[in-house]
Amino acid sequence: MMADKEGLGGHDPLIGGQQTFQSLDNTIASVVQDQKRHSNKPWMATTFIAFIFVNILMVSVGWLVYQGIGIWGNNVPAGWAFDIINFVWWIGIGHAGTLISAILLLLRQQWRNSINRFSEAMTIFAVMCAAMFPLFHTGRPWVAFYWLLPYPNIMGVWPQFRSPLIWDVFAVSTYFTVSLVFWLVGLVPDFGTLRDRAEKVAMKRFWAILAMGWRGSQKHWHRYEQAYLILAGISTPLVLSVHSIVSLDFAVSIVPGWNTAVFPPYFVAGAVFAGFAMVLLLAIPIRAIYGLKDLITMRHIDWCAKIMLTTGLIVFFGYMLEVYYGWYSGEIPETRVMLWRFFGPYKYLYWLLILCNGVIPQLMWSPKARRHIPTVWFVCLVVSLGMWLERFVIIPMSLTINYLPASDRMYYPTLWDFGMFTGTIGFFVFMMFLFVRFLPTINMFEMKDLLHTLSHGKARKVAVGAKGGR
Amino acid sequence: MNEERPASIDLAKAREALAGKRGQEYWRSLEQLAETPEFRAWVDDEFPGRATLAQIDRRTILKFMGASMALAGLAGCRGMFLDEPRVVPYVKAPEELVPGKPLFYASTFSLGGYGVGVLVESHEGRPTKIEGNPDHPASLGACNPWMQASILGLYDPDRSQNVTSQGDISTWNAFFAIAREALEKQKAKGGAGIRLLTETVTSPTLARQIGEFLAAYPKAHWHQYEPGARDSAYEGTMMAFGQPVETVYDLSKANRIVSLDADFLTSMPGSLVYSRQFADGRRLTEGRTSMSRLYMFESGVSVTGANADHRWPVKPSEIGAIAAELLAALSGKPATGPYKAQIEPIARDLKAQNGATVVIPGDDQPAALHATCHSINEVLGSKARQIVEPVAAKPVNHTRSLSELCDAMKTGSVDALFILGGNPAYDAPADFGIADALAKVKLKVRHGLYEDETSALCDWHVPATHYLEHWSDARAFDGTASIVQPLTAPLFDGRSDHQLLAGLMGKPDDGHDLVQETWKQRGIPNSPFPNDFEKSWREVLHAGFVPGTAAKLPTESWAGQALVKMKKEGILLGIPDAPQRSGGPALEVAFRLDPALHDGRFNNLGWLQELPRPITQNLWDNAALMGIGAAEKLGVEAGDMVEITVGGRTIKVAAMPQPGHPEGSITIHLGWGRTKAGTVGNGTGFDAYPLRTSARMGHAGGAQIKKIDGFHKVQTTQMHHQMESYGDKLDIIRTGALADYAKHPSSFAPTIHESPGPVDEALEKSHHPGNDQNRQEQPAITMYEEEVFKTNLPQWGMTIDLNSCIGCNACVTACQAENNVPVVGKTQVGRGREMHWLRIDRYYGPRGGQGSLENPDMLFQPMMCGHCEIAPCEPVCPVGATLHSHEGLNQMVYNRCVGTRYCSNNCPYKVRRFNFFNFTDNQDQFSTQTPPDVREPKHNGIQLLKMLNNPNVTVRGRGVMEKCTYCVQRINDARIEAKKGGRPIADGDIVTACQQACPARAITFGNIADKQSAVAKLKREPRAYRLLEELNTRPRTSYLSRVRNPNPEVPA
Repeated sequence: MMADKEGLGGHDPLIGGQQTFQSLDNTIASVVQDQKRHSNKPWMATTFIAFIFVNILMVSVGWLVYQGIGIWGNNVPAGWAFDIINFVWWIGIGHAGTLISAILLLLRQQWRNSINRFSEAMTIFAVMCAAMFPLFHTGRPWVAFYWLLPYPNIMGVWPQFRSPLIWDVFAVSTYFTVSLVFWLVGLVPDFGTLRDRAEKVAMKRFWAILAMGWRGSQKHWHRYEQAYLILAGISTPLVLSVHSIVSLDFAVSIVPGWNTAVFPPYFVAGAVFAGFAMVLLLAIPIRAIYGLKDLITMRHIDWCAKIMLTTGLIVFFGYMLEVYYGWYSGEIPETRVMLWRFFGPYKYLYWLLILCNGVIPQLMWSPKARRHIPTVWFVCLVVSLGMWLERFVIIPMSLTINYLPASDRMYYPTLWDFGMFTGTIGFFVFMMFLFVRFLPTINMFEMKDLLHTLSHGKARKVAVGAKGGR
Repeated sequence: MNEERPASIDLAKAREALAGKRGQEYWRSLEQLAETPEFRAWVDDEFPGRATLAQIDRRTILKFMGASMALAGLAGCRGMFLDEPRVVPYVKAPEELVPGKPLFYASTFSLGGYGVGVLVESHEGRPTKIEGNPDHPASLGACNPWMQASILGLYDPDRSQNVTSQGDISTWNAFFAIAREALEKQKAKGGAGIRLLTETVTSPTLARQIGEFLAAYPKAHWHQYEPGARDSAYEGTMMAFGQPVETVYDLSKANRIVSLDADFLTSMPGSLVYSRQFADGRRLTEGRTSMSRLYMFESGVSVTGANADHRWPVKPSEIGAIAAELLAALSGKPATGPYKAQIEPIARDLKAQNGATVVIPGDDQPAALHATCHSINEVLGSKARQIVEPVAAKPVNHTRSLSELCDAMKTGSVDALFILGGNPAYDAPADFGIADALAKVKLKVRHGLYEDETSALCDWHVPATHYLEHWSDARAFDGTASIVQPLTAPLFDGRSDHQLLAGLMGKPDDGHDLVQETWKQRGIPNSPFPNDFEKSWREVLHAGFVPGTAAKLPTESWAGQALVKMKKEGILLGIPDAPQRSGGPALEVAFRLDPALHDGRFNNLGWLQELPRPITQNLWDNAALMGIGAAEKLGVEAGDMVEITVGGRTIKVAAMPQPGHPEGSITIHLGWGRTKAGTVGNGTGFDAYPLRTSARMGHAGGAQIKKIDGFHKVQTTQMHHQMESYGDKLDIIRTGALADYAKHPSSFAPTIHESPGPVDEALEKSHHPGNDQNRQEQPAITMYEEEVFKTNLPQWGMTIDLNSCIGCNACVTACQAENNVPVVGKTQVGRGREMHWLRIDRYYGPRGGQGSLENPDMLFQPMMCGHCEIAPCEPVCPVGATLHSHEGLNQMVYNRCVGTRYCSNNCPYKVRRFNFFNFTDNQDQFSTQTPPDVREPKHNGIQLLKMLNNPNVTVRGRGVMEKCTYCVQRINDARIEAKKGGRPIADGDIVTACQQACPARAITFGNIADKQSAVAKLKREPRAYRLLEELNTRPRTSYLSRVRNPNPEVPA
């Protein structure tokens, strides 16, 4: 297989340095178990700053629930703005995790082993951030949080299943549940390792509970692999469905600029694009801080960058199609939306989007740039910004221009809009750093399996790319 | 027992305390009144005289508890609405008041002295809504925004509530003691030091009382002043006929109308009637293919100008020259001025009409123009202009009258000044120095609704009653006398001007008796009960006005002479003071009353502050309106501050370029920038009165303008798009020329997907299969079966005739009043969150086929929920909070709404409104905060505004979506009535609030399944179309395209 061949012959190995099973365990597990590895300042500093933003988030949400949506800049016609931009942005970011863990697993891409745990955690926290927005963007969240669920009640009132928002509820909740289960199941063998390595009795007990009696027997491994494979199978369609459904919020409507059939594939590509950017954005500093360069190697970064480039091109193609449809429809409102994007008062944001998502990612064509860490990190940052701008272009920019020109009104965000947005970023970073501190960031047993595979110099025929090596 | 002798009761003190009381205020004992220490002890300590609580035995405690319970119930009995038993005449005479069922009483709203008959909806004694009185000749059932908003004025918590003396709360009796003493002193001098200052008085009762007052003090003077007085109209008739008379128009007799800066559709007395007549003269329904034609020369942008077939923006000073030129052209002399190309064909057109024409001069223009126009109308033999006896009790030149008063005050010869209404300290001409003049008056008394700028300069402020709180009378624009009937006892300690005058003269001050007295003296003409005054009086109250009291034509003696003289010398008569031709390039400033705030008196009414002004769509502010070219030259955009100087007087104001505004002049609306208007009105806009001097009340020349630093956001509800920028290819507003319409009515048929009203057709088919051979049925464009139309229920629909709609905003305020629509304040409007369910979209279009910024066509389109049959809002709601009824209503279930706003996003008409905050309960959420004391219950405060709400309409909370319901409460009301009568709902049973208010009758509502209903007929008109038909939303509201009737001979 390609990956293996490259892995064996390429310049950048999938695992660097002279590694043994022991050294892998040490490198990864000590991040969790050895207090000294956190005495360095970056973790404390970053977590503290992120914690401040978590507080900003809490204040923003508190004030929002107390006062009403009016503290934001939303209006009529722009009923949705930052709230849904951020929702879509976060959901998109989550997609890389599922893609890496499920699809690459099924495709037996062993290079995923060092980044899957990390990306899955990212998925879960990103979905948590995302889910806050649709709930709190409602006028009455205290009823919205259960009225959108189909529960039997004495009044016989059900949600309205024709609404894409209901599809969202199902899509996002399924996505979150499956991702969480997938992640937790994958953690079980590593919990076993941590339990075995723990020195203090209390910690041993703690990990033992989490390990749920994992003993690493042949039977355990067999069942684990079956379960993991099934979960991967369930997750795989979610990668495509969740963001497709999110895109239907727009595509189903009759709003000019939204009503486009290209949205589902274009949104999925955008999600993977944004997700991989976020993976690299976080992986690059963490591998530097925790000395994981041998496990997350240049090879990983290179491949992630390639995926980013590919999906970025799809997304850019989507932008071109949007313009084409606007013109081809011959509809005045559609044409107006396009002209509004190109030349309207928000035109800077549109052209910045083209720069961020269309132009700058083309740097990734160059192998040199893909291996130049600061460049890659910068491109990822730009892509994350670009994907946010894309949603700005789609949501408030389309809403501010209407069928009836008399209803056209500008939208401007308020400080509270930024408060909640930056608050969720803080929450995400905070959760990621807690995760890095308290759970194994890299899948230990899969790395050992990979080491075993590589050291035997051949690609073994395994159903799943993981076998315990203890 | 050692009984201490109680402190003696101070009877004098008790009398004093009683003197301030009126009506149902109770006192417990002399001790209370005199505030003796014993009484205080009882108040402070519930059980005085006992050492501890334990001293009271069980029986006593039980006794107290029982008594407390009983008395607690009593406290609820004192209602402010239980008034004198006389207030019971009904328009609909029910057996008795049925709770939950509103009653309607006839009363009269007046503005500038001119009364308009109203019907006031009252819920259990609580007035909630004003409607026009259909029988009243000045209303014909229609309403304007001022009438609608006057109900808000009743409940305005900022109204003055107490008699105050130098700012301290006092009593009426204390006031009367001082005032009568001052008057007594004047007796010897014959009242030479007494001055009365009123606004325009048409009230026969007030006139009678002032007459009595002047009889008692023969040397006293009565002055009248209001900034919107029709001085030049009266002066013009003085010049033309030698006598002040009232000019009344009957536009139903006018086939050609020339308006010379006259906004007769919205801002003249009688505008409601003129609007009706104007619209009727242009109605193209039922196969009519002729309509009247309106030429308009105007110095600003007005509703009338927007409705004109030909409109030319000109400088205010040019109007006079244009009139003179028109007069010359009519008498066969060649025109010479810059508008000669237009004026000659206009003159030909007018002459050809054989008297079915009228030329209307603007009230803000000088008297000479009015005189000239009288000449023109005489030359044309206009049947539409009528001269009748003056309606005002004493027509005077208000500016001169106030000037005399100021002069007298400055010489110190005024000892006592009684200001009844008005607000001269704020709105008097700037050169009068009224503040200094007032300072020299010994006793200054102000009677007014608000403690305002004038009150601050007076010694006494005595609160007036709102017109819904007192008895009075007034005369309409045509002279018809109407009775002002109170709907509630005064909410505060106010008294009417009648009561004040009676009190000053030491006479009984019962308002009802005072008004009745007048009519006993005058007699009620045409009464079916000629010998029974009481019965006749009840008839009058029921009707709301005294029939047959319209002002008469002038008697032969003078009118004949004047008219004969005029016909002889005719043309010359108007010209003696012929207005100068345009004063060259000098900049002019035109002062106009605000379209919503009038002269500033409605400044504290949020509904009017937040009413987008016609055409400019500006709200919560005024601005210096200027032509696009002028703004460009000056380098200003909307909101840039400019400094305007006229004759050494300067104001700073925000600029606003306005398409269609004449170059070389600036229009500033009066009535803004008040400092003591109240919570809502304080500090909004810019005060233009400091520029307005007595010599230049209408407009001033020689102005200078310069850009200064600073920016003031001028808020509008519409962005500045020109429709022609992408062409009206969406057919948002269909327009065309009458000539085309007459030739090919079918060319006005929709072009996109459907012929007009296919759904109605489909409906008709389903109801009367095979009935309709005239028109082809076109199937609806849908894949699904339409369950909703398979019922036998009525199907509600509406039509709005854009050819009739004049864009006056009456429907907007009517909807606000009917549907408890909150006011959100300038900041929220700036964020795009105004709550109006009904808005009037304004578009600019090409005029005469040419797009222009200088003189675009202006089009109005009332927009509210169209109740789409395939409503895009419905499928996207995740909780099913917006649904379709079987009668075709798109309904909002507020209780179910969670507020995702998806429905609003998906509404192509953007008619949905979201409660971003708790707007309803926070009516104080304006740009300024409500003073804390207003919110306290003892001041009634914000609680008072809650009484305004229509009990039949849900008050919406925060976080829910809302929109037009087609006045579903009225539909249900009609349904109940119909069911009670065992009959189907008849056509016309249901009148929506907007429809009811519309003076032009542009809105029709009814059952479209009934082929014979008015609305169904209108939907079959060739002009009927649905907005954004290509979306296949199929709204139930159809528009009828606008047709203009330009004269092909007149160049644009």
